[in-house]
Amino acid sequence: MCAAVKYGSRGPALIPRMKTKHRVYYITLFSVVLLGLIATGMFQFWPHSIESSADWTLERRSVHDAPLARLAPTSPLPERGDLSCRMHTCFDVYRCGYNPKNRIKVYIYPLQRFVDEEGVAISSTGLSREYNELLSAVSDSDFYTDDVTRACLFLPSIDVLNQNSLRIRETAQALASLPRWDRGMNHLLFNMLPGGPPDYNTALDVPRDRALLAGGGFSTWTYRQGYDVSIPVYSPLSAEVDLPERQPGPRRFFILSSQTALHREYRVELERLKEENGETILLLDKCSNLSQGHTHTHAHTHAHSPRKRCAKGQVYDYPQILQESSFCVVLRGARLGQAVLSDVLQAGCVPVIMADSYILPFSEVLDWKRASVVIPEEKLPEMYTILKNIPHRQVEEMQRQARWFWEAYFSSMKAIGLTTLQIINDRIYPYAARTYEQWNNPPAVKWSSVSNPLFLPLIPPRSPGFTAVILTYDRIESLFRVITEISKVPSLAKLLIVWNNQNKSPPEESLWPKVAVPLKVVRTKENKLSNRFFPFDEIETEAVLAIDDDIIMLTSDELQFGYEVWREFPDRLVGYPGRLHLWDHELGKWKYESEWTNEVSMVLTGAAFYHKYFNYLYTYKMPGDIKNWVDAHMNCEDIAMNFLVANITGKAPIKVTPRKKFKCPECTAIDGLSLDQTHMVERSECINKFASVFGTMPLKVVEHRADPVLYKDDFPEKLKSFPNIGSL
Amino acid sequence: MQAKKRYLLVSLGACLLLLAYLWGLQIGEFHQESHQQLYAANAQGPRGPRLPRQHWPEWGHSLSAYLDGVEQEEDSPVGIHQHSSPRERREIRTNIYKSRRCRMDTCFDYSLCERGFKVYVYPLAKGEKISESYQKILTAIEDSRFYTTDPQEACLFVLSIDTLDRDQLSAQYVHNVKAKIQSLPLWNEGRNHLIFNLYSGTWPDYTEELGFDIGQAMLAKASIDMDNFRPHFDVSIPLFSKDHVQKGGDKGYLTLNNVPPSRKYVLVFKGKRYLTGIGSETRNALYHIHNGDDIILLTTCKHGKDWEKHKDGRCDRDNEEYSKFDYQELLHNSSFCLVPRGRRLGSFRFLEALQAACIPVLLSNGWELPFSEIIDWNKAAIIGDERLLLQIPSITRSVDHDRILALRQQTQFLWDAYFSSVAKIVLTTLEIIRDRIHSHISRSRLMWNSLPGGLYALPQFSTDPSMFPFYYSLLGKSPSLEFTAVVQVVTPLQSQLQPVLKLIIAVAKSKFCAQIIVLWNCDKPLPPKSKWPSTSVPITVIEGERKTMSSRFFPHDVILTDAVLSLDEDSVLSTNEVDFAFVVWHSFPDRIVGYPARSHYWDLGKGRWGYTSKWTNEYSMVLTGAAFYHRYYHYLYTHYLPASLLSMVDQMANCEDILMNFLVSAVTKLPPIKVTQKKQYKETMMQQGSKSSRWADPDHFAQRQTCMNSFSGWFGFMPLLHSQMRLDPVLFKDQVSILRKKYRDIERL
Repeated sequence: MCAAVKYGSRGPALIPRMKTKHRVYYITLFSVVLLGLIATGMFQFWPHSIESSADWTLERRSVHDAPLARLAPTSPLPERGDLSCRMHTCFDVYRCGYNPKNRIKVYIYPLQRFVDEEGVAISSTGLSREYNELLSAVSDSDFYTDDVTRACLFLPSIDVLNQNSLRIRETAQALASLPRWDRGMNHLLFNMLPGGPPDYNTALDVPRDRALLAGGGFSTWTYRQGYDVSIPVYSPLSAEVDLPERQPGPRRFFILSSQTALHREYRVELERLKEENGETILLLDKCSNLSQGHTHTHAHTHAHSPRKRCAKGQVYDYPQILQESSFCVVLRGARLGQAVLSDVLQAGCVPVIMADSYILPFSEVLDWKRASVVIPEEKLPEMYTILKNIPHRQVEEMQRQARWFWEAYFSSMKAIGLTTLQIINDRIYPYAARTYEQWNNPPAVKWSSVSNPLFLPLIPPRSPGFTAVILTYDRIESLFRVITEISKVPSLAKLLIVWNNQNKSPPEESLWPKVAVPLKVVRTKENKLSNRFFPFDEIETEAVLAIDDDIIMLTSDELQFGYEVWREFPDRLVGYPGRLHLWDHELGKWKYESEWTNEVSMVLTGAAFYHKYFNYLYTYKMPGDIKNWVDAHMNCEDIAMNFLVANITGKAPIKVTPRKKFKCPECTAIDGLSLDQTHMVERSECINKFASVFGTMPLKVVEHRADPVLYKDDFPEKLKSFPNIGSL
Repeated sequence: MQAKKRYLLVSLGACLLLLAYLWGLQIGEFHQESHQQLYAANAQGPRGPRLPRQHWPEWGHSLSAYLDGVEQEEDSPVGIHQHSSPRERREIRTNIYKSRRCRMDTCFDYSLCERGFKVYVYPLAKGEKISESYQKILTAIEDSRFYTTDPQEACLFVLSIDTLDRDQLSAQYVHNVKAKIQSLPLWNEGRNHLIFNLYSGTWPDYTEELGFDIGQAMLAKASIDMDNFRPHFDVSIPLFSKDHVQKGGDKGYLTLNNVPPSRKYVLVFKGKRYLTGIGSETRNALYHIHNGDDIILLTTCKHGKDWEKHKDGRCDRDNEEYSKFDYQELLHNSSFCLVPRGRRLGSFRFLEALQAACIPVLLSNGWELPFSEIIDWNKAAIIGDERLLLQIPSITRSVDHDRILALRQQTQFLWDAYFSSVAKIVLTTLEIIRDRIHSHISRSRLMWNSLPGGLYALPQFSTDPSMFPFYYSLLGKSPSLEFTAVVQVVTPLQSQLQPVLKLIIAVAKSKFCAQIIVLWNCDKPLPPKSKWPSTSVPITVIEGERKTMSSRFFPHDVILTDAVLSLDEDSVLSTNEVDFAFVVWHSFPDRIVGYPARSHYWDLGKGRWGYTSKWTNEYSMVLTGAAFYHRYYHYLYTHYLPASLLSMVDQMANCEDILMNFLVSAVTKLPPIKVTQKKQYKETMMQQGSKSSRWADPDHFAQRQTCMNSFSGWFGFMPLLHSQMRLDPVLFKDQVSILRKKYRDIERL
């Protein structure tokens, strides 16, 4: 680049003085510049391609290349797991540090092949496909660090997913030999199949001292609540079989049992249930040669295929058959955790879990009551009755939830691994933890549900009153009339005039009407409509009355009543003129309606009460470019506010009192029909624009308005609290 | 020269352009780099972006599966001495896991609960004294719908030996508990017993020793340590003072949501400091983060008799600061309140902060938080770690305004739902245990942690949250667009002109009406089918077994719609009015939406609640002779309210509507909604009254007054709230052609 510049600057010295050579000069100059551009352009892109190709050329390595680590027989053994471990006693939280992202860092030990003195491996399988998947998912995630000094959590690359393939003592020695082991502090082990015959412990038997255990078959006695993580037993079928999501609804079978290694006692009970309740129960078992029927030739393969199940000579495809049942039995085996749970969830079948004392997978964060039915083993005979009592609507909900759990937390080793890390992360940074809703709501619910930021049912006291915020430009006379009118309202606490005219100063103090409450004028820097919704510090009450400087027709009774209604609905917009949005079928878009309609979905903020909170939302949290659009078009700030409030609260505004002859508050300077139509077109455009920014139509349509209890009742006017309502 | 100059200029220009371009590129590159850096920081931590990151290598070698093929362990005895049958397995388990390892499966006899969840309280032994707090607990149980006096039908047993204070140095300490308990005939090693405790252990080590063997009894204990806590067996309860009210309960201090929600102080604490011994470290270190400005953490050494003997260098300075601030003032003006452990893990401060809407910042490692089994404390508190005290200021400051707003509201909800009275604490404890017994009929965490709280959401009605009136928006749903009309009939059917028939026809015409149910609560025999009008919707006539007033709110299985329109036979309604009220209800599915309204007031002279049916500017009840509400309230009315109130209603044949209004307002903390009605309603009703209606009875009014006071007595507070507004159709009485109006009949007389 430098060269190019120099070359260019050397130009003048080479210039021939002949006219014909001018062209040559220009051409050379041009080509020099061009070359420079090309060269820099190349520079721009080259390094990156070089860098990324480095990744591609990374060798695929063989596990056998991993360095060998020989364990001496005297190599130290960790202590057995400490049952009293909790995060505050056995976990070194200082390693995690305080960071603004509230994220733990996870280090993965490089792979070693541990062997004993004789050279025999500590594990029959070595690194399994699943554990490899898990580790590479972690290494690709935000959690990963390759800097051991900055790590908060350590993942050994010693695979202990399946205890059966391990030599217990040697595995423990291998763990203890890890350079940062330090009594297992901050080490996390993943184990899905704990224990072994004959009594199948419910937690990994490998002595592991203080290490955290993400285990797949915990019972309530081995699970250290708040320390260990209960994980699912991964089903390899998840990767092999693609079961498309089925719409929730009634299924061919009511209850299905698909496990093949059930204890005889359970099977007898299930058979009895089937006898009593008939054909809607399907009990599957292994396919034996006798039950093959038409597929004699392949009998052998069938008998051992995990993908086939049989019942009374009938062969069924597994796990597809699970999709044909509303409920699927998940009984404990010798172990508590069963891989079939994952298959059942994948099929969108509601699991009926019968495994006493079993800690359900991820139960720390997942609300299993919404996706499963848990029945004590002893109540197996009552299963049918219990399930029959669950209404269809709920079964469908559970089917949906079950499938969502699988998709989000069960479907791959990656999902299982990252969920485990997230749970630990949430414990270390509890104030930044994912919420119940984030964990449990399926995307469809997340999208459609509303969590109102002002959810507590409160009727605020009357006494703080409200602040009237009047946006004005230059209509002094009208403004003063508005001020005089509003000042008669008993609950008025303060008047705030937002002076939006930069070219003109507000009138002198002495000229303003004398009012009993404080009156404050704030001057704005720019003439923007959004200024009216700015959360000025001067607004000290929670209730805000936004009012235009030409709204002189509202009586003091009407305003006071509006405030009383706001107190009953502090999370809504409470306003006077109501408007409606309609779907225009011909044009296929939204239309704005201000005619005499029987419905309301917006109130104009030319005169409306609302909570000050919405000022913050409008100013700082308005989605997309809506705020700029409003300021650029000098229109629709009220529609934007209605969208915002409806979207976040899921509630409609409240229109108060009957219709009045408003001086077309939204179209002050406009008269004549044609202009009026332009206005309507513009407002319709706003609605369509906002709906597209919000990605939905949040406005809610209602058919009511609020009037005083005795409005128009045949009752002496002077006994009514708000007699002067609806006068024209 | 001219040309030379030009050349010079042109080439200079070109150079400049090139430079500018290069500079631009550089910036672009810089930007890109910073992006990369950001991304890299995101993805791989603090190491430089240029260094290749050491990923987990891609192992090319084909790996074996962790679970080879058919490895599903056979759950059946392979050899003779291999593991036994499931039944035996359960028995073995039951024998092994006792006392400290108790779980519901092993230490609780479910079979005692098959006839329902009933709680028995032992009679008070002669000469046995119990503390005020324990008396409140027992009263709460005796007042509840779970109480039984018959030990034969009991599922759970509660001692009348005061076990609240097990601090041997305390005056309240009861001696010889061990012997007393052993002598109880039903003790049965503590099986199905529930023991309440607030304090255990004593100076110096404050162990959680109770001083007697609880055997297999469940423990409802305050300040419980995770180590001693038997999950899903014990219940962690909050520490409450002896002044804690019996029922009803003081309201939370939050009356309106301030924005911005931050208060004058960020974090406050005022309390004792223990110079040495257990639990002293955290409080001793508090001064490190006290800044005298917005973090006010005050400690005093002045407690106990000989404090001056042990005082350290800071004591005098601390004591001086301590006296400068008022605790209540701090509590009300701070966003966060520090709740550090004391000698024991829990403290009164926790409930005080909760009530004051001061978000608790917990520093009490190992404390099993109150009702941790069901409450999601992350939604209402900041759970800190004693080891990270120095991070607390930055953590609290990093909580954004929206979160503060949400946390604060949640403190108020939890306070009001589970903590504000002894009765609520006790009932929550019982409901938690009840949920465990029937695990398939229990509340989800959603129901416990959102309004109106678990005590008002009965899983026996449904375990599906979308069946309740409370969770529609949380689930992104709305109630179905149809209703069931339930008409209460008490007079025999004589002529075809009877108002009830007119009413049925009018209601049936509503496009939202799915079915009509007639509750035949009349002593005369049921009229034949032909007597009922033919309508487009099905009419079901149910003859009441017990023709009582409360039976109108019985949750009949035939009612399948979310909405119920409850009607008296003498109500006069037009289809228009019904339609409009239903549409309004659809926007407020948790409230009662009805026509005629009534009001309550505090009668200062008589010192009791008054009832008025006069026309007033506000109302607090709508009569259920014509009102929409969610069908869940039928269930709640029948199963939540105590038999005493229901029988009172039945005996008087009055007040059922008042009781329903009490109930719904207690649940929602909101007034009902009145909608427009045609003028003649009231008059017609009064005329009807001339002959048969109960409204004409002179005692009727006095009774209603009495009801109000009995009801508020049982609730422990006055749940009714006033509203000043009525909902009318948008164009009601507007000066526009009636043809434009959707609900014309409402205006026509």
